[in-house]
Amino acid sequence: MAKFEPVLFARINKPDSTSLKSYMADGGYARIKDILSMAPADVTNIVKDAGLRGRGGAGFPCGLKWTFLPKDHPGPIYLCINADESEPGTFNNRILMEKDPHQLIEGIMIACHAIRSNSAYLYLRYEYGRSYRALDAAVKECYAAGLLGRNIKGTGFNLDIVLHRGAGAYICGEETGLIESLEGKRAWPRIKPPFPAIEGLFRKPTIVNNVETLCCVTHILYRGKEWFQSIGVPPDPNNPRDPGSYGPKLYCVSGHVNKPCCVELPLGVTARELVEEHAGGVWKGRKAKAIVPGGISMGFLCEKEFDTKLDFAGPGKVGCLGLGTAAVVVVDDQTSMVDVLFNCCRFMSHESCGQCTPCREGTAWMTKILTRIRVGQGRLEDLDLLMEVASSMGIIPGTTICGLSDGAAWPVKNAISKFRGDFEEYINSKRSTMTSAQQLMEVH
Amino acid sequence: MGVLSEELKNQIRDNFPKYPNKRAVVLPALHLVHDAMREVSTGAIVEIAELLELHPSEVHDTMSFYNFFKDEKHTLGKHRVWVCRSISCMLRGGEEVLEQVCNKFHIHPGQTSADGKVTLEFAECLGACEGAPCILVDDECHMDMDVESVSALIEKL
Ligand SMILES: Cc1cc2nc3c(=O)[nH]c(=O)nc-3n(C[C@H](O)[C@H](O)[C@H](O)COP(=O)(O)O)c2cc1C
Ligand code: SF4
Repeated sequence: MAKFEPVLFARINKPDSTSLKSYMADGGYARIKDILSMAPADVTNIVKDAGLRGRGGAGFPCGLKWTFLPKDHPGPIYLCINADESEPGTFNNRILMEKDPHQLIEGIMIACHAIRSNSAYLYLRYEYGRSYRALDAAVKECYAAGLLGRNIKGTGFNLDIVLHRGAGAYICGEETGLIESLEGKRAWPRIKPPFPAIEGLFRKPTIVNNVETLCCVTHILYRGKEWFQSIGVPPDPNNPRDPGSYGPKLYCVSGHVNKPCCVELPLGVTARELVEEHAGGVWKGRKAKAIVPGGISMGFLCEKEFDTKLDFAGPGKVGCLGLGTAAVVVVDDQTSMVDVLFNCCRFMSHESCGQCTPCREGTAWMTKILTRIRVGQGRLEDLDLLMEVASSMGIIPGTTICGLSDGAAWPVKNAISKFRGDFEEYINSKRSTMTSAQQLMEVH
Repeated sequence: MGVLSEELKNQIRDNFPKYPNKRAVVLPALHLVHDAMREVSTGAIVEIAELLELHPSEVHDTMSFYNFFKDEKHTLGKHRVWVCRSISCMLRGGEEVLEQVCNKFHIHPGQTSADGKVTLEFAECLGACEGAPCILVDDECHMDMDVESVSALIEKL
């Protein structure tokens, strides 16, 4: 197979990659006028036929979501760009925004034309200051060049992009939490249905898309759906419900590797290949004990599962929640899964919005039980208790409003079923191996 | 006398045309006030509410959801330093970096240094895991930190 050439990341190492001038010198916006002159439904169909699936975590087919908008809706339709990227281990959206903001803006323009929207709100997590400044400058350049605003390039199409900064809350990444936050309220996810496409931001039809998804849209329109489908994994012929995993993907690799990185590859690379060939292998000459396949919400792979393909279907086949954000975190064989799981649970407990009792209480109690284990007072029954709590919370058992809860339960289920030995050994030793630094984390 | 200057009020009003209603300006307004005053006091909440045609409790309700905003009971130092404690940083020594910073400056997370320069806080994943452990100073991220580089960075603030 020919070596894969990055597309989304093609420009990130160029000098001055963020400027309009350099983006245009590389062919950016060259065809925007033609695209904005196409019928919106035709643009949607190209994206739909390309088989683009959302990169924000759920993998929902992008073009299909756009068709859920009501036809001939008289009032405004909104696009929300989800740039709240907060799933632990994930940082690809940040690089896209910091290094190539115009690629994203062009994708936003195309998406807004397809869904007949004239206003886009980009919800950016507060911590991404550099992204904010790059985007703010890029948006200003576009207004000055007639690429945003009224009657863009004489096509009659109007578009405004508003940058909206968050204030440090993971739940603002959940699409209806994002909408509530944008509306000036606490970011409490909404009960669905109605889905945002029917009633979303300001109670109007709304599409929420991830930054990387929209960057893919730009390239699909320029290079065609056949190009997109020449990359990645086609649908499984034995599973009529599998839409396949087409296109390039930005894989983030971090944790115990020699060269943590974000690398663009065709969907379907295995976890082992990512670690060995792209991240310089496991650090300090050690072996990997566990690998997070797609952000901590997705759970863990154990040694015998490292050859799992990281496409949309792969992680689910070995008991993980899904591909998630394709953020790979490597844990070496000198690390206790007790500490790793505690970190995941503490995060989820901190970030639960507190609306649903099973999530608020479940995440808090799982953290408390793991604390008890860590201080050397755990009981073997605690492991069954953890499993019981984890099984009772989330959209899957039907007890909560949003998927944060499933993402809190999954690492617990995977860790205890795949690494039970680690937990039993820790509990049976009746000792605490916590360092003073870990205790500091715990107290506060 | 009011808490918010006329200039600050105008900066808040500048956001009105961007949204179909004024309530959506709550977060931008809180950011503007917080940036300028290093806190959002009860008096400021009342004035923001007046500008946005909301009840002060509605502004407070939103504000209190986000730990980011501090009221007058939690005065911040000149700079906020957040140390990431999520998984990728934890695996690469984030906890140790934090501990040694605490020891060096004799403060705990949540506290402000005696000279009022720095408030030290925890962060959840900062989205810079290729450079773990990492810290955020105000809204600039610094990667590949160790005890020496964090200390040097903080001393320069
Ligand atoms: C707890 C939670 C957090 C989420 N965080 C993000 C996020 O930070 N960024 C993102 O794009 N999607 C996030 N999502 C997924 C969004 O709800 C939504 O599916 C996505 O933005 C849709 O865009 P896409 O179809 O382009 O992927 C999150 C979902 C949940 C349940
Ligand atoms: S599942 Fe958790 S985070 Fe989601 S709405 Fe319920 S309480 Fe909030």
